[in-house]
Amino acid sequence: MNDWTRDEMMTVAAARLLWDECVCFVGIGLPSAACNLARLTHAPDIVLVYESGTLGTRPTVLPLSIGDGELAETAACVIPLPEVFSYLLQAGRVDVGFLGAAQVDRFGNLNSTVIGPYDSPKTRLPGAGGATEIAAHAKRTFVMLKATPRSLVPRLDFRTSAGFLEGHGARARTTMRGAGPQSVITDYGVLTPEPGTDELQLSALFQGATTEEARAATGWPLKVSANLATVAPPTSTELETLRALHARTREAHQRPVRLPA
Amino acid sequence: MTPKVATLHDAIARHVHDGACVALEGFTHLIPFAAGHEIIRQGRRGLHLVRMTPDLIYDQMIGMGCASRLTFSWGGNPGVGSLHRLRDAVEQCWPAPLEIDEHTHAGVAAAYCAGAARLPFATLRGYLGTDLPSVNPRIRSIECPFTGEQLAAVPAINPDVTILHAQRADRQGNVSLHGIVGAQREAAFAARALIVTVEEIVEVLPPAMNGIVLPHWIVSAVAPCPGGAYPSYVQDHYARDNAFYQRWDAIARERAGFRAWMDRHVLGSPDHAAFLASLREAA
Repeated sequence: MNDWTRDEMMTVAAARLLWDECVCFVGIGLPSAACNLARLTHAPDIVLVYESGTLGTRPTVLPLSIGDGELAETAACVIPLPEVFSYLLQAGRVDVGFLGAAQVDRFGNLNSTVIGPYDSPKTRLPGAGGATEIAAHAKRTFVMLKATPRSLVPRLDFRTSAGFLEGHGARARTTMRGAGPQSVITDYGVLTPEPGTDELQLSALFQGATTEEARAATGWPLKVSANLATVAPPTSTELETLRALHARTREAHQRPVRLPA
Repeated sequence: MTPKVATLHDAIARHVHDGACVALEGFTHLIPFAAGHEIIRQGRRGLHLVRMTPDLIYDQMIGMGCASRLTFSWGGNPGVGSLHRLRDAVEQCWPAPLEIDEHTHAGVAAAYCAGAARLPFATLRGYLGTDLPSVNPRIRSIECPFTGEQLAAVPAINPDVTILHAQRADRQGNVSLHGIVGAQREAAFAARALIVTVEEIVEVLPPAMNGIVLPHWIVSAVAPCPGGAYPSYVQDHYARDNAFYQRWDAIARERAGFRAWMDRHVLGSPDHAAFLASLREAA
C-alpha cells in the first residue's frame, strides 16, 4: 500500500514509538489517534490515561473531548482529577506523556498559551491544561505537530511547557523528574534531541520527504543527524486500522443525540 | 431542617449575587449548563468565574457580559478549537474587559483541595519551566521546611458558590454522582454555598459505600433539572452532544450570530425545559 497521506504517516510513526504495557498520558487530538492506533495494533496492553481520570481506557471511537463518556465506559477505572495529577503524574507513575502544541522551539519547549504578547495577544490559545506538569513529570514525552516556520520556531512567544529549556543540559539541572521530549513527530519526519546540546535535529524522514523540505518547514537552521533514517511506510494493517478508527469516529461524532425530555 | 429542594430560579436568585466568586464545575461531564443559563437570564454582572475548563458554558456567560474575572487552566472547545467569546473578551475586551487568573490543571486541582480543607494555599511540584508565574503573581514558590526544595504555591480557591450537576439527590439534600468526577467534590467542599441541579430526586439514594456522595449539610439547595447538563452529558442518562460542540464554533464565531442564538434559545426560553424544546424545534 503506498497511497497513504502524510497525516496518516505521522500518526503511524507516533504510534510506533509506544510499547506494550507502557503507561501513557494522552493529549487530545493527534496524540489520541496515535495512542489508540498503538493499542489496536502492536500494543494491546498499553495503559492509556486521559486527564479526566479514565485509566486503562479502550475506546471504540476516538473521543472528541478528553472526557467523553466513551472513555469512562471503557476504562478499567475512573479516578478523581486531583489524584490524576498528584498520585500518578507528580508521583512519577507515568511512562510517556504524549502532547500536541501550537509552537515548538529548537530545544523542544512548547507554547499552547498565546501568540503575541501575553497582555495584548494576537491569538489567545487554550492554555496549559495538563501539559505543563505532563512535560515536567512524565518519564519522557513525545510531541506531535504539523511543521511550518510558524509552528517550529527559534523562540516561543510564551513557554507553556518545558522541553530542554535553553538546552546544553539546562533541564537536567532543574527539579523536573522526567527526561523531556525524546521525539517530535512532524508531517515530514521525526526530530530528536542532539546529545550534549539538546537541540532538536532531523533524525528520520518519511518516504518521499526531503531534507530541503524539512529545512523549509522549520524556523531555525535545522541540523541533520549523521544517521538520518527513513521511516518505513505504513503497513496495510496500520492503515486499515487507522482508517477504520477514523471512520467509526466520524460517524459517532455526527450521530444525533436524543435531547433529554 | 431547612427544605433543600428548590427551583433553579429560586436557588440562583438566593445564592448567586453580582460580584460573587462562582465555580460551575464538571470536567467535560456533568457541566451545569442549565444553571449557567439561569445566571444569564437573571442578568448577573461582575462575577469572578472559576472553572478548570471554561467550556461552552463560560463562553456563553462571558459573551453575555456576566463576568469580570476568570480563573482557569484550559480555555478551548475540546477537540474543536477556540472559545471565540472568551478570545474576544481577552483580545478585544468585548463585551467587557476580563481579568484572567491563569493556571495549570494540577494547580487548580490543588487549589480546590486546599480550599476544601480550609488551608490558605496549596503546594505542588508544579509550574516547572513555564512562563506562567511571570504573568500570574498568584503563582509563587515556597521552600520545603524539611528538604529545602522549592515548590510551587497557589492560593486556595474558596468560591462563594459552587454549582454542580449530578445524577440524583434525595429529599434531605444528599447528592450522588458518578462517572468522570473531575474536581467536583473538592469544589463542593471548598465553597461557602453549594447548589446542585440533578436529573432526579429520589426517596432514598442507592447505597454507595465508596461512591461520591455530597452530604446534605454541605448542600445549600438541590434543584431538579432533567437534561440540566446538555450539551455536556450525564453518565447513564444522555450522551455528550459532540455534534453540537462542533456546531458551536460557527454559532459563537461572530458577535451578532452569537447574540442572536443566545437571544432565541436562552433568553427566549423561560427555563431549561423550554431551552431544550427550542433546540428540538430548531433541529
